[in-house]
Amino acid sequence: MIEAQGLSRTFMSGGKPLEVLRGVDLKLEARAFAAIVGPSGSGKTTLLGLLAGLDRPTSGRVLLDGRDVHALTEDERARFRVNRIGFVFQTFHLLPTLTALENVLVPLELAGRDRLPGGGSARRRAAELLERVGLAGRATHYPVQLSGGERQRVALARAFANRPRILFADEPTGNLDAETGERVAALMEELNRDAGTTLVLVTHDLELASRAGRVIRLVGGRIA
Amino acid sequence: MASREWRHTLRRLGVYMASITVGVAALVALHSFRNDVVRSIQEENRSLLGADARLSGSRPTPDSVQVMVDSLVALGADAARVTSLVSMALAEESGRTRLVQARGVEPGFPFYGAVVTDPPGLWDQLSAPSINVAARSADESPDARRDRRPPALVDPSLLAQLDMEVGQGLRLGTTEFQVVGTVDGLPTDIGFQTAVGPRVFVAFRDLGDTGLLARGSLARHHIYLRLPPSVDPDDLEEAREEFLRATDTGLRTPEEQARSLTRSADFLADFLGLVGLAALLLGGVGVGSAVAVYVRGKLDAVALLRCVGATRRQVFATYLLQAAAMGMLGSAAGVAGGLVVQRWLPGLIREVLPVPVASSVSPGSVAFGLFLGTWVAVVFALVPLLRVRKVSPLQALRHVAEAPSEIDPARWGAVAAVAVTVLALTLFEAPSPAAGLAFAVGLAAVAAVLWCVAWGLAWATRRFFPRRAAYTTRQGVANLFRPGNQTVAVTLALGFGVLVVGVIVQLQRNLVRELSFDQGPNGFNVLVFDVQPDQEDDVQVLLEGRAEGDPSPVPVVTTRIAAVKGRVVQDLLADSVRESRPPRWVLRQEHRATYRNELKANETVLAGDWWGDPPEGADDGASPPAAPVRVSLEEEIAEDLQVGVGDEIVWRIADVEYPSVVANIRDVDWAGFDANFLAVFEPGALEDAPRTSVVLARMPLEEARLAFQEALVRQHPNVSVLDLFTVRSTVDAILSRVVAAIRILAGLCTAAGLVVMAGSMASTRAQRRLEGALLRTLGARLRQVRWVLLSEYVALGALAALAGGVLSLAASWLLASSLFGISYQPAAGAAAALWLAVVGLVVLAGAVGGQGRSRAGPLTVLREAE
Repeated sequence: MIEAQGLSRTFMSGGKPLEVLRGVDLKLEARAFAAIVGPSGSGKTTLLGLLAGLDRPTSGRVLLDGRDVHALTEDERARFRVNRIGFVFQTFHLLPTLTALENVLVPLELAGRDRLPGGGSARRRAAELLERVGLAGRATHYPVQLSGGERQRVALARAFANRPRILFADEPTGNLDAETGERVAALMEELNRDAGTTLVLVTHDLELASRAGRVIRLVGGRIA
Repeated sequence: MASREWRHTLRRLGVYMASITVGVAALVALHSFRNDVVRSIQEENRSLLGADARLSGSRPTPDSVQVMVDSLVALGADAARVTSLVSMALAEESGRTRLVQARGVEPGFPFYGAVVTDPPGLWDQLSAPSINVAARSADESPDARRDRRPPALVDPSLLAQLDMEVGQGLRLGTTEFQVVGTVDGLPTDIGFQTAVGPRVFVAFRDLGDTGLLARGSLARHHIYLRLPPSVDPDDLEEAREEFLRATDTGLRTPEEQARSLTRSADFLADFLGLVGLAALLLGGVGVGSAVAVYVRGKLDAVALLRCVGATRRQVFATYLLQAAAMGMLGSAAGVAGGLVVQRWLPGLIREVLPVPVASSVSPGSVAFGLFLGTWVAVVFALVPLLRVRKVSPLQALRHVAEAPSEIDPARWGAVAAVAVTVLALTLFEAPSPAAGLAFAVGLAAVAAVLWCVAWGLAWATRRFFPRRAAYTTRQGVANLFRPGNQTVAVTLALGFGVLVVGVIVQLQRNLVRELSFDQGPNGFNVLVFDVQPDQEDDVQVLLEGRAEGDPSPVPVVTTRIAAVKGRVVQDLLADSVRESRPPRWVLRQEHRATYRNELKANETVLAGDWWGDPPEGADDGASPPAAPVRVSLEEEIAEDLQVGVGDEIVWRIADVEYPSVVANIRDVDWAGFDANFLAVFEPGALEDAPRTSVVLARMPLEEARLAFQEALVRQHPNVSVLDLFTVRSTVDAILSRVVAAIRILAGLCTAAGLVVMAGSMASTRAQRRLEGALLRTLGARLRQVRWVLLSEYVALGALAALAGGVLSLAASWLLASSLFGISYQPAAGAAAALWLAVVGLVVLAGAVGGQGRSRAGPLTVLREAE
């Protein structure tokens, strides 16, 4: 479960305070599929970053599964992320020096998981995930050798590597053509359903947002 | 347009300006410093000689020369005699001994320049009238005699070496001197000379009283002249040339002295200039690779400019102007840095400078540095910059991964410009065109080899790095190969610095080891020389019980060459065609020769036959005395004399001529503490000639050595002892001074390499920040992110140090065996230390220049990159 209480975030911009989020309250149940929408500059990504514990709020707090994320130390939050949270970005952000398979392995290796609790090696799990997203034949390819859609699917496989409880996605289809975007969205839904993952995504794509169980509309830093 | 782009460029490429700065600083410092030295030498040239002219000979002034001096004095000239010789000095209180350079000086010397003594003002007292030895009565009290000890001034280092203080007694020959103070500066001597043997200055007549001059010692006799305005030293040279040649007396004028010193300063500056140039070219490589990365990032912006109507020429000019401005800024900083170094250099290498050097800004050097830095920056930036001409405006609309590659003649022009620049600069900086060409070719070869090694190492690392290594380590190593990486360029730049430092360190170690004579097969560590025949027994007695084995005396005959292949020396010396006569020094110098029956283990006969035992019964002492004696010559002197087996040489020993025929040519391995000779005669002919002997001994115990030397010097003050320990510390002292100067430049090369590296780190900083943010987002702990960075820096440093290190071992082996002709043993410890130091420096430079962390949150960093 994700809960935000009175979440505010102010940045200093050109020497003046700029209030990006103003007292956002939010509650999302486990396994929910929520889409955050709103015009540019409305605070969507800021909210996502705060919910994921990547940034500190100016005031308010975020509870993930009942734990105050910002009460944790930097490294405790990192451990929390590697074990429970997955990420997907608009521009994929794969490590250019690693192959598709190695990119999927990163979260497992960061968590120090060579063997998985349910048996099987990390490498096998990564290979299974690539197969799941339809890229079994591309395991040894480097990101530059993949198309945009393929890269995003590798990123999806990476996001699910550690069986996260929550998946945050920031404009996951923003850089893809309609057909590929649709395929990625379907994959996310499927994984959300099968693994029971909570899915929170920021999007401009109203079609994608309409598939979510809940749409959170941000205007001027507040939920409209 | 150029100025608007400028602010952004400055921040991105600032570090690269620094790579130009280092090279320009080195060159400006060296050129200005050379000007300072040359100017100072010219300003001070009379005090460099201390006189208007100096006559020198290896024998006491012949009457004919004295007549000439007297006639000059009658014309109003002043003359002062200075005799210098090598002898043992004994500290009366401590009993310690050491080989010193003793100088007897007459009042008036030096006529120009002031001598600095401590306490001040003692120089003139040296030559003040002292007690006539003959007037000393035998029955005066010891105290009274002590008070009448003649004064001596010494080099400060001698006090420490002999464990003595000012006021104590120092024995030279039969005379005990009182050390009254130290000489801290003598205008005619370069500080360097004290490393060879500390100097002891005494009054001219007091040196005569020591008895050291009596027995054919290694003395030089000088007469310093201050000439009246009516006599020009150069005229003197011309008028007296023949006469001086006939009497084996050399004449030196201040102009010659200045010329010779200037020549060595020029040579040094040229040599070091090449190293500085290498640093600058390294900077050029840095600029080139920075501009390449920069341009790659700018392609979209260029496409946009083209879209809105900028012409190719405008776009190209925009970026070229930026490169020129960067080069100029970098050079200006370099000039400023160079001027600071210029001021700091004289203090650092004061001991090897012939004159006190005053720094002044030389406008020529400043302009040269500014022009050169700018030019190098522009030329090296040209190749990558040409790419912007090929950017299609279409790219603004649709991203094309790579511009279509087509052959661009302008690109070849730019490459040619780089080559011409490198060649022109090396030719300009080098002491000779041949050296310049060799340096340019060598530089290209080294760069090519380094590039191959760097590329190979990088490839092997990527291919063979263990897959089972921890993820963070693997990620760090993999980062070396991120798109747009400059791993090979950095390895090249840094590897070059490592190569230069490595070669210097390896050569120094090997030279010190070689010169320390440790592994001489006989293990000799004490050499006793100038032993007169009547002293041989005493020396043997003193050696007994102290020396190991059976030290036996080796005869030494001092000889000169009188004629070669039928031409007398005067004839040969008069020959003005340099190629058709042996070098002057060979003909003029005294040579030390020996006679023996056996060939030594370190000698090999190259041509002719070694003589066996004298043929028995062939003669019964009835051989005609005029029959030429057989002589064996060392290879190089035979070459100098232009003689081969069967040629005749006439030797003169104490005015008796000995005709000889060259029986064979020998190669001598000079390594090892041993008595080796250029000329070896067959036994039987020279036994009656005046001779001394040398004794080589093995005395492992220090106390035995010290006691032996003290006893020997007290009994026979004319006999000299050379102790391996002294030789070794002398060699160390000389080498360390030479090496100190070279090290500064080697350090400079490494610094240039590090700057290039830090610059490369800076240019991929955004990428590294992004990766750090991504890893953090994916749940990496801070420690893991840091480990990834550390692995990257360590891997880069290790690669560069390995590439440079491997090459430095190969190069120093090559230099040691071909140039220095010494055996080579890699100094593994030094190589490892250098390797570690470089890795440490790279990690440091990476931490400063390539810091991947950001104060902004990871998500902000990731969004910014989108």
